[in-house]
Amino acid sequence: MNTVFALSAVVAVAATVLVITRRSAVHALLYLVVSLLAVAVIMFLLGAAFVAALEVIIYAGAIMVLFVFVIMLIGHESIAMNPRAWIGPSVMSAVLLAELAWVLARGRLGGASVTEVGPKQVGIALFGPYLLGAEMAAFLLLAGLVGAFHLGRRRN
Amino acid sequence: MASVSPEYALLLAGVLFCLGLVGVIVRRNLLFILLCVEIMLNSAGLAFVVAGARWGQPDGQVMFIFLLTMAAAEVAVGLALLILHFNRRKTLNADMMGGG
Repeated sequence: MNTVFALSAVVAVAATVLVITRRSAVHALLYLVVSLLAVAVIMFLLGAAFVAALEVIIYAGAIMVLFVFVIMLIGHESIAMNPRAWIGPSVMSAVLLAELAWVLARGRLGGASVTEVGPKQVGIALFGPYLLGAEMAAFLLLAGLVGAFHLGRRRN
Repeated sequence: MASVSPEYALLLAGVLFCLGLVGVIVRRNLLFILLCVEIMLNSAGLAFVVAGARWGQPDGQVMFIFLLTMAAAEVAVGLALLILHFNRRKTLNADMMGGG
């Protein structure tokens, strides 16, 4: 079996186990970001580089920031972390970074058996046969926006 | 470098989904429940991408984009509900929900 895949899978599972066992929400969030990055590496290995980038930008970036904002808003626990809490996520991310560097240094991804599906094909499919789905996704986002605004509005 | 076998990737997606499910069942903190729902959604997305890569078609990635949209909308509404609940009850415990 592919060693890079095996390593990222181990990192993903270990980080996820740590997410559901942490007491502090901030620590769990940090490990969840590592888990999402590991899954992004696996998607990259599968030849889905576009989706891997989306996973990093939207999931590990935007959605996790939303969680951080809510933790800060609630003020339930202190955001300040002791330096030792950074060790676990840092080591895991370093492993992922080393894997990525190794894969990129090897040049071409995988062998002949990996068919890369690029952003162009995804875009053609998304706005071709799946156009109705894209419209519905837009409606869903609008509904989410309105719902979140309605729930978060101050009542007097 | 051999290619990633879809069986193992699907197995990983299944393991991640089960971990998220265990988290939803075990944890009582609402924030952690939402985090575990995110883990489950992400593993489902991984399964879509694996299946798409198996056949060399973009459909799996398109479904992942839809899933991403859904996850964003779900998190926005879920976190708004969480803040509402916290403001009323001053706790994040899911067992304290409901009951007037």
